[in-house]
Amino acid sequence: MLRARTSTLSRTLIRSYATATSPHALVFLEHYQGELDSASLSAITAATLLGGRVTGLIVGGLDQVPAVLEKAKKVKGLDTLLHAASPQYTTPLPETVTPLLEKLLSDNSPFTHVVSAHSSSAKSILPRVAARLNVPAVSDITSVEHDAPSNSTTFTRPIYAGNAISTVRAPSSIPIKFFTVRSTAFSAAISGDLEAEAKALGPVEVADSPSEHINTLLTKSDRPDLGVANRVVSGGRALKNAETFQATLYPLADALGAAVGASRAAVDAGYADNSLQVGQTGKVVAPELYMALGISGAIQHLAGMKDSKLIVAVNKDPDAPIFQVADVGLVADLFEVVPEMVEKLKQSE
Amino acid sequence: MRPSAVRLLHILVPVKRAVDYAVKIRVNPDQTGIDLNVKHSMNPFDEIAVEEAVRIRERLKDAVKSIKVVTIGPPKSAETLRTALAMGADSAIHVELPESTPSPEPLGVAKTLKAIIERQKEGVDIVIMGKQAIDDDAGQTGQMLAGLMGWAQATFASKVVVDAEKKVAHITREIDGGLEELRCKLPVVVTTDLRLNEPRYASLPNIMKAKKKPTEKLTPADLGVDLTHRLETIKVTEPPKRVGGAKVENVDQLLAKLKEAGFTTRRA
Repeated sequence: MLRARTSTLSRTLIRSYATATSPHALVFLEHYQGELDSASLSAITAATLLGGRVTGLIVGGLDQVPAVLEKAKKVKGLDTLLHAASPQYTTPLPETVTPLLEKLLSDNSPFTHVVSAHSSSAKSILPRVAARLNVPAVSDITSVEHDAPSNSTTFTRPIYAGNAISTVRAPSSIPIKFFTVRSTAFSAAISGDLEAEAKALGPVEVADSPSEHINTLLTKSDRPDLGVANRVVSGGRALKNAETFQATLYPLADALGAAVGASRAAVDAGYADNSLQVGQTGKVVAPELYMALGISGAIQHLAGMKDSKLIVAVNKDPDAPIFQVADVGLVADLFEVVPEMVEKLKQSE
Repeated sequence: MRPSAVRLLHILVPVKRAVDYAVKIRVNPDQTGIDLNVKHSMNPFDEIAVEEAVRIRERLKDAVKSIKVVTIGPPKSAETLRTALAMGADSAIHVELPESTPSPEPLGVAKTLKAIIERQKEGVDIVIMGKQAIDDDAGQTGQMLAGLMGWAQATFASKVVVDAEKKVAHITREIDGGLEELRCKLPVVVTTDLRLNEPRYASLPNIMKAKKKPTEKLTPADLGVDLTHRLETIKVTEPPKRVGGAKVENVDQLLAKLKEAGFTTRRA
């Protein structure tokens, strides 16, 4: 059972760090259809800022790992790549992946940090692993700095929906420092000429997992992925219904080559899919261009987009809070303005 | 530990008292935290958790034996428990911390919840809690609890269907890019997403009744847990201020601004 490991754990935790240790990060890499997630590439960048070795970990199905491994080997910043393949990891669940990570991080593990993107999958897995190793975790960090002599790592992270920034230090008393990375705060690691050394890990089979994956339903879209798009066109409650949401926003998004986002109000009202929600409880984006159309700009929405480079807002209400953060604001009816924009953008093409 | 086949379900709902979601927070001048002299209410995700627990009972009727809510916090957190009791929970546990103690870290909370679960003579089959607290935005406690217990976990749930006979829960989760369905054996830790339900308002009679429902008071010492922070908060600061730019008069001006910034049309 999962519990059998407690004795080895307590041994790991009393291991002392009398001398300064060079950091060695383990980055949990996520992948989809043979490609590394770009959020994981940002996590690699954050891991390299610790100033020590960086090892990547790829967990996946037997037919998934080889393809993504070839690409991951070339990513700059990774010294070593560990990979574990098993049918159980095809759709990895925290219950099946945790024992593997637990094993890797116990028994004189060389790792001082465990890093991942702040993605839905890693958010589910990492805290579970951290708890089993009896260490705290730091979520959604926007900066990281490691002090090797004191073996402490200092992070900043947004709290209260991004309305305050907390600076926290994980001292040397935390033997393995877990953190998830806000991908918009770090550039994605790029590919280079060198190849990281790859080592296969034996999977840790979980005989009687308490959870079973039944089905995954992904929202299909030809537009860029919201989390990484350079341009985002986002709609709110003012879009009235799902039909007008699509009919109004999609042509503009297509004219700009932008991803489509939505406020919580628009998602709750059923105008747009959940996965398009931008905000504290949805996705955090920081594109070059963010167009907020018919979005008032509640605190929870601003939390998800206020780090965008250029914010453009169109709203009928001149007092909408969105205008306080928008670089360019237009007080107008979006149903008149947006088609006009699409038309004029097309002409200038 | 495992419930036997004939046992009825016991649900535990951890809730947190947090600064109300609509409050515009202010960082205090000595940068140690934020001004807490503002309206507080139950963490919105926890309201959804309480609501779901009550709905599970409404669906399964007598198969649910108890709904217990628990909070860890200062004396004022009792209000939050009363709200949960008024929404339909049966009894409450208050792990009381001295006033102005900083709220414990997720790992400390998870350990406290574990200790509480182990004290429940009849066991706990389902723990439902918010996916994150809107103050520290950590989003870790549920996963940590599931890890400590070695239980199934289903985070970011947008649909929960419990089969009391088979002792399983079918859960739909919100994941990046879509949805995922899981089948989890009980006991399970579920964390709620916003879409799970629309929490009810407590009616006045129910608020009155809630006052008579039992609340057990405990201290961290009673549970043998140490809630000392292991991470050090160095400071809390204001985020960089964004200054709104000028408003434009019409679409042409807007497009001119876009062009100026280098956004003409679709990029190759």
